[in-house]
Amino acid sequence: MAETTVASKTVKFIISRQDTPESKPYTQEFELPYRPNMNVISGLMEIQRNPTTADGVKTSPVCWESNCLEEVCGACSMVINGKPRQACSALIDQLEQPVRLEPMRTFPVVRDLVINRERMFNALKKVKAWIPIDGTYDLGPGPRMAESKRQWAYELSKCMTCGVCLESCPNVNDRNSFIGPAAISQVRLFNAHPTGEMNKHERLDALMTDGGIEGCGNSQNCVRSCPKGIPLTTSIAAMNKDTTTHLFKKWLGM
Amino acid sequence: MKGNSYFSRKLHSLLGIIPLGGFIVVHGLTNYQAFERGPEGFDKGVTLINSLPLLPLLEIFVIYLPLLFHGIYGLYVAYQSNSNTGRFKYGRNWAFTAQRVTGVITFVFVFWHVYQTRMQVYLGNITHEELGSTMNKIATDPTYFVLYLIGVLAAVFHFSNGLWAFLISWGITIGPKAQRISSYICMGVFVVVSALFILSLVAFMGDEFKEAANAALTWTNIG
Repeated sequence: MAETTVASKTVKFIISRQDTPESKPYTQEFELPYRPNMNVISGLMEIQRNPTTADGVKTSPVCWESNCLEEVCGACSMVINGKPRQACSALIDQLEQPVRLEPMRTFPVVRDLVINRERMFNALKKVKAWIPIDGTYDLGPGPRMAESKRQWAYELSKCMTCGVCLESCPNVNDRNSFIGPAAISQVRLFNAHPTGEMNKHERLDALMTDGGIEGCGNSQNCVRSCPKGIPLTTSIAAMNKDTTTHLFKKWLGM
Repeated sequence: MKGNSYFSRKLHSLLGIIPLGGFIVVHGLTNYQAFERGPEGFDKGVTLINSLPLLPLLEIFVIYLPLLFHGIYGLYVAYQSNSNTGRFKYGRNWAFTAQRVTGVITFVFVFWHVYQTRMQVYLGNITHEELGSTMNKIATDPTYFVLYLIGVLAAVFHFSNGLWAFLISWGITIGPKAQRISSYICMGVFVVVSALFILSLVAFMGDEFKEAANAALTWTNIG
C-alpha cells in the first residue's frame, strides 16, 4: 500500500523560460515522478531526459547552469519559489509545490535559467579584490595574521560570487550603478589581510567612486539572503567607517 | 576629491541630520509650546527664533539650501531604487521602501507648508504674531488636518529612520547588535517627536489661538 502511494506521487514544476537574451519570457509546467531525496537540479535533469510539459507537449529541454552540486560554486543560483538560492541545495521535500523556477533577472538572462554574472567579476576587478604579491624578485614571507582575525576573515572568504545578494538588493537595478554587497565585503576581506592591507587605500578609493559603497540603501536583504551566512551588512558598515576615515585623511593630507 | 556620487550621497546623508534633523526637533519643540503653554508660549517661541542674529543667512544656509539639496538629490536616490517588499518581507526592507515613500511625501508637504506659513509672512499677508491663527485655520479644517498629520508623520519617520541609516553610512554603528539597539533608539525618537507635532496640531485646534490672533491683529492695527 505504502509503495503504491510513493510510486504515484509527482513533483510539479512551473518554470520561467526564455529562448534568447532578447525574447519574451514564458512559463511551462512540468510534472515528474517523485523520487526520494530529489533536489531542484535532479528535477531539471529529469526534464532534460524527457522534455515533455505537463500537458504532454514535446518541448526543448530547460537550460540551467550547475557545477559543484554542494553549494560552494554558486553557478546554479536561481529564484526558487520567489527566493534567490542555489538549486543544488534546494531539496524538493522542503519546498512548497508547485516549485516555481525563475532566472535571477537582476542579471542579463542568457537562456531559460542561465544568467550572465559578469558584472560581479567586473566589480571584483574594480575594487582590486586580490593581494598583489608578484614582483621581479622574491619578496620573502609576509606578516602573520592573528588567529582571532583569521577566524572572522575566513567567514568573508566563503563568498562564492553567486549573485544572491545582488538579486535581493533593491538598489541593484538598471537605474543604479551600485556594484552590490559581495564586492564590498571582499574589500573588507582583503584589507584585513596583513599583506593585502598594504594596498588598502586603492580598494577604498575604488569603493568611493560612482556605483561604489554609497549605493547601499540599508535594506539589509543581502545579509538575510546570503546562503553562506556572510555578515554582509557588518562588512558594509565597516567599510563605511574606513571610507569615511579615508575621506577625511585625504582632505587633511594625512 | 573629484565630484562623484560618493561625495554627493555622503553630503545628502549628513545634511539630513545636520542641520535638517536638528531643525525638525527644534521645530517640534517650538510647536509643542502651543500645547504646553498656549498661544503666549507659542508666540514666545516664534519670537525667540525670529530674534536670532543673522536670521536671513541662517535661514538660507542652514535651512533652505540644505533642504533643496537633500530633497532634490533624495528624489534622485528614490528614483534609483526598486521596491521588492513583495519578495522580501523583512522589517528593514519595508523601512527601506518607506524611507523613499516618506521622503517624497515630505518633499511635497514641506513645500506646501512653507508656502502656507513662512511664504505668507514674506509676502506680507500675515505677521509672525498671526502664525498661531494661521495654524488654527489649518488645524480646524478636517482635510488640512489629515494632510498635515500625514505630512508630519512622514517627515518624522523619514528623520528617525534616516538617523538609523546615517549611523551606518558614517560607520558609527557597525555590528548587528549596535544596529539593533540604534533602531530601538530611533523608534523612540520617532514616537517622541511625532507626539510633539501631533499634540501641537491638536493644541492649534483650540479657540484660544483664533482669539489670540484677533487680539494680536487688533494690537497691530492700533500700533
